[in-house]
Order: sequence, then structure tokens, then C-alpha cells
Amino acid sequence: MPQPILEVSHIAKAFGDFQAVKDVSFTVHPGEVVGLLGVNGAGKTTVMSMLLGLITPDAGNIHVFGKNFAKHRIEILRRTNFCTTYAALPSNLKVKHNLRIFARLYGVAKPNQKVDEMLELLEITRLADSITGRLSAGESTRVNLAKALLNDPDLLMLDEPTASLDPDIADKVRKLVRRIQRERSPAILYTSHNMRDIEEVCDRVLFLHKGSILTQGTPDQIVEHFDEDDLENVFIKVARSHEKEGEE
Amino acid sequence: MNPKVIYALTERYLLLYTRNPVRLIELFFWPIVQLIVWGFLTSYLQGQAGGNFPKVITFLIGGIILWDALFRSQQGVAISFLEDVWTRNLLNVFAAPVRMTEYLAATFAVGFLRVLVTSLLMIAIAWGAYAFNLFQFEYALVFFYANLVLFGWCLGVLVTALILRYGHGAESLAWAVPFLIQPVAAVFYPVASLPGWLQPIAHALPPSHVFEGMRHMLSQGTVDWHSMWVALGLNAFYLTLAGAVFARTLRVAKQRGLLVKVSSS
Repeated sequence: MPQPILEVSHIAKAFGDFQAVKDVSFTVHPGEVVGLLGVNGAGKTTVMSMLLGLITPDAGNIHVFGKNFAKHRIEILRRTNFCTTYAALPSNLKVKHNLRIFARLYGVAKPNQKVDEMLELLEITRLADSITGRLSAGESTRVNLAKALLNDPDLLMLDEPTASLDPDIADKVRKLVRRIQRERSPAILYTSHNMRDIEEVCDRVLFLHKGSILTQGTPDQIVEHFDEDDLENVFIKVARSHEKEGEE
Repeated sequence: MNPKVIYALTERYLLLYTRNPVRLIELFFWPIVQLIVWGFLTSYLQGQAGGNFPKVITFLIGGIILWDALFRSQQGVAISFLEDVWTRNLLNVFAAPVRMTEYLAATFAVGFLRVLVTSLLMIAIAWGAYAFNLFQFEYALVFFYANLVLFGWCLGVLVTALILRYGHGAESLAWAVPFLIQPVAAVFYPVASLPGWLQPIAHALPPSHVFEGMRHMLSQGTVDWHSMWVALGLNAFYLTLAGAVFARTLRVAKQRGLLVKVSSS
């Protein structure tokens, strides 16, 4: 087994009395697509934010490319990228301007050439001169993905990339992620509420519940573990148990 | 610090001005309005005094032009940060390989460019409409501007830290803070005219030394170097303090998840 790209050991995070993440540990290897699954408030976004340095863990360690994240933040972020529904590119700039700026921020050698390459890869060359804020949800997602791929990241984090997309566009995004994984083999960490995303895209799934890893394995193993027909039913089962616990 | 990162961030903020005409209007509208108001007031006082018009009253025009430098510089820093908040781009920037120093340096560059553009416009209007030549201060003008821009940066960084800490509710501070210090910054009247208990506060602020220096030069015709060096020393202190406050606030924001909250709300 090669060295893991990402190694998370016993991270925890509390916001006041609310324990958002409790003792979470996992690894992601090169070329692997790992899904973070869980109901709202399970801790997925907090975990991702900690991996991007936007939230500081209260405990535990994060090692990326074998280096401690807290000590080598800039060096690690140059080889990492992400796409999230919680952030947008400046809406009043043209797509090509936004991408060129982020190419420079990530230290890409030939920014203009790279932007053209990404626009072509995501089949959005026609959007280069469009104002980012006027794009449809699907176009916007693809532009955000283009931004996330500008630096050919070795670790790519995708936080609900298919949220608010229609089934057709969501399917295209899933195929695209698979293609990126095949052609460039980055390690990918993927969160979604869409079970089809997880089943089609992820090699392995971490099921988060109340800030802890409830179970992990391939999508099939997770389904088997909960004795259900598919991931969607597993998700509903966990969500309902969560509701019941809340009522009690 | 990586100059390419600073350049990219600066380019991003400047592109916002070219893409949004409202931003350009805001950049020119208020300086021109203020200059017209204070210019007419000066002309009126000049007319009332007849031939006995004391030259020192022209400091009203000088005061408004120089005050605008401080205000624009502060706005350059604070509004650049707010642009990232408003466009939900903050997470993209802070999760990119960008150091805090590079981020601040880019906002400083934007502040400086804002000062450059509005100052040139105001200097031209003051000269054309009121025959007020700001270049009469010669090389002292560089010290005046340097001190005001530096203090504007300090205020901008402190306001940014407050917005980061207290969220959207603190946004109005981006416009309010400079005007909170204006009454004690001796912009239009000397420190001596303030009540005794306010004078130490005024002396602790770099702009008061700049405006006192400007009035000294208009009345005496010589540069008060002491005031300039005191202002520079105070600015060094405040800039260090503002940097430390921002670094601490950013650390606290990351501990409490405020960065994600401010950006995604």
C-alpha cells in the first residue's frame, strides 16, 4: 500500500457545548475517492474545513503528503484544491478572470494556458467571457470545478458538488469526477447528500454520525452492514434514528 | 511573501472596479462633493473677510484633501475584505496558499491606488476651482501622505478584524471608524482648540500631527519635522498593533469557525 496522501488522526472540534467532530481518524490514498456521508450536522463540512485550514481542530493531527498541516500549510495547500457549495467565485468578474487569478494564487506556471486547458476539459470554453454571477447552477459548478483543478491537485476536496443540480447535470458532474480520477488520479474526498453520487463515484465511504465515524467501507459493505437494500435506505435509517434520539 | 500572490489578489480587487461602475462612482463621488462643499465655504469666508483673508484658512481645503487620503486608504483595506465576504469568496481565498501578510499587502496596495486616483482628481479640482495648490507643501507632502496612508491601513486592518470577529453586524464600521476619530484628528482645527482631556487622545493619533504640520507650514512656511517623525513613530506602533490584532483575530476565528460562518452566511 502506498503512503497515504491524507492521514487524519483523532481530530476533534467543539463549538461551545456542541461537539461537532469527535475523535475522527481516517486515511486517503493516491487515486482513491473517499466519500464522507452523513445527515445534516454530522460533521462533514467541519471535517473538510479543518482539512483546508479554515477551522483549527481542538485535538488530533492532520498530515497531508506526509507533512503536518499546521506546520506546512502553504506548501500543502499549493498541492490541494477544493470546490464547495459554501463558497463562490466573485460574481461580477468574467469566468476567465476569476480562473486566471486563482491560477496565480496557486502558483500555476502559465496561468492563461492552464485556464484554457481547464475550460476545455470541462467543456465550458464558451463561458470564458461570461460574467460568473450570470451562470446557471450547472455552469457555475463546472467553473468551480475548473478552479479546483487549476493546480493539478494531488488532493481534491469536493463538498456537495452536485447540490442544487438537475439529475442530468449531476450525472455529467459525476462522470467528470470519475474521468478526472482516471486521468489524473488525485486522492479525492467527496461529500454529498446524493446517494447516487456516493455509489457511483466513491471507492470507500466514511459514514459520519454526530461527529463520529459510524462505519466505513465500500458502498456495498455499508449497505450490507445496515442490512438495507441501498445507501439511500441506510441514510434514511440513520437519519430517523437520529431524530428518535433527539425526541428521547 | 510571494509577489505573484499579492499581484493576483490586487488584480482581483482592481478588476472589481472595472466591472462595477457603482464602485467607480463611489470612488469619485464623495471626494468631489466634499471638496465642493469645503471649497465653497472657504470661498465664502474669503469673500466675507475681503482683503484681510488669512491664508491659513485655506487649510480647510488642504484638510479635506488630506483627510480623504486617510479615508480612502482605510476603505481600500476594509472594503476589499468586505468584497470577499459579499461575493462569498472568502473561503476560496483563505483555503488557497495565501499568507495573511500577502492578503493584507494586497489590500494595502488597493488602498494606496485608491488614494492615488482620488488625490490626483481632488488636487486638480482644488487647483482649478479654488487656486489651491497642494504642491506648495513640496516634499513635506510625501510625509503627509505617507503618514495618512499608513494610519488608514491601520484602521482598515482593525476594522477587518472586527468584521471577522463580529460578522455582518460590524460591517458599518468600515465607514464609521474613520469618522469616529475625525473630531480628535485635528483635521479642520488645531489640537489646542479641543478640551484639555481630549488633547492627549489627539496627540496619540498620527493624523493630528500631520494636520498640525500642514497648518504650521501654511502659517510659518517651514516644515515641522518633529510632528512628522512623531506621526511616523506612532504609525509604526499602530501598524504593529493592528497586525497583531488581526493575526490573533484570525486565529480565534479559525478556532471558533467564524471564518466559515462569515463567508457562508
